[in-house]
Amino acid sequence: MKVLLRNPTRELEMRGPMSVQKLMNRLELNRESVLLIRDSTLVPADAMLADDDIVEIRPVISGGA
Amino acid sequence: MKCKVCRGPAVIDIRRHNANFCADHFLKYCRDQVSKAIHEFKMATPDERLLIAVSGGKDSLAIWDLLGELGYQADGLYVGLGIGEYSETSGRYARDFADKRDLKLLEIDLRSEYGYDVPTASAATRRVPCSACGMSKRHLFDKAALDGGYDALVTGHNLDDEAAVLYGNVLRWQTDYLARQRPVLPERNGFPRKVKPLIRLSERETAAYCVLRGIDYLVEECPMAAGNKHLAFKESLNAAEQQSPGTKHDFYFSFLRKAADKFIDPEAEPLGVCERCGAPAGSELCSFCRIVEKASNHEPVPVELVNRKYR
Ligand code: SF4
Ligand SMILES: [Zn+2]
Ligand SMILES: [Zn+2]
Repeated sequence: MKVLLRNPTRELEMRGPMSVQKLMNRLELNRESVLLIRDSTLVPADAMLADDDIVEIRPVISGGA
Repeated sequence: MKCKVCRGPAVIDIRRHNANFCADHFLKYCRDQVSKAIHEFKMATPDERLLIAVSGGKDSLAIWDLLGELGYQADGLYVGLGIGEYSETSGRYARDFADKRDLKLLEIDLRSEYGYDVPTASAATRRVPCSACGMSKRHLFDKAALDGGYDALVTGHNLDDEAAVLYGNVLRWQTDYLARQRPVLPERNGFPRKVKPLIRLSERETAAYCVLRGIDYLVEECPMAAGNKHLAFKESLNAAEQQSPGTKHDFYFSFLRKAADKFIDPEAEPLGVCERCGAPAGSELCSFCRIVEKASNHEPVPVELVNRKYR
């Protein structure tokens, strides 16, 4: 599957199927800090991602005062 | 994962509430949390006119949308900070949002109206960019709210923002800042009422709200933010949250309930008035006019140079 990451924008290839939770663990991401988006909607942690999925991992933490 | 309300398929889990929601019930949850914050802290009433500080990011667009959904009247104000491409893009998101919904967006451009931008102000005043930027925005938002006869100025600060600021203030026991950290600051001495209706929603929730409402916002970070303390505080609070969901909420709301009124604000006394612009000031000129004086006489500094030289 294709995984799009932001800040900076980059792309990764991962082998599916894999659960969202497992993908987060693989990438060492804190679930509080990101959302997983597929087809412009949210995908929950227990959902399975297929090998031909295209997903975006969107950071939600913003800086600044 | 099933929705707590309707048992349909859930799209998001909110661990601190031990709840999963489908899209519709998550949106309702967000409206309820904002409504609760507004009522609990007496932030505003539907017959009042509100001005929202709009950045083009997720929080300000989410609160603009939510206030409309809840029946409040709110205009937006966008300040062009002159931070290169970041500012151009964020302005576009703010304008698109307002255009699509027929909402009124006021705009102020620092460079064309005051002769400087944030990178230059940072260099000219030798402050970190966020400090020069924050001071400029605060002044302009306050002034626009008062001049426009708005009843209150709304900012998009969410639970993570407030918890991170509290964390920073507590680490250094900045008692004057602690005295001023409230969800509502009443109108006083030349400042408008300021309210933060997103304090019951986390950053992850405001972002999820935008995704589910189809709100396009600027995901990319401001290039000036990288490596600032605020981000580091958020990360350490999120590490704690992951171990123990609800940590951020308890930290912030227990502060409000048990500690906030124990701190006294030394600036609660009326300040003097700025000779140049009439805003509240501790000396002859207010801090905004001091920035304008230094920065508008300084040669323009590009974004890239600020990152290397002045932080
Ligand atoms: S990150 Fe700092 S410089 Fe950038 S917009 Fe926010 S306050 Fe201004
Ligand atoms: Zn539901
Ligand atoms: Zn002034």
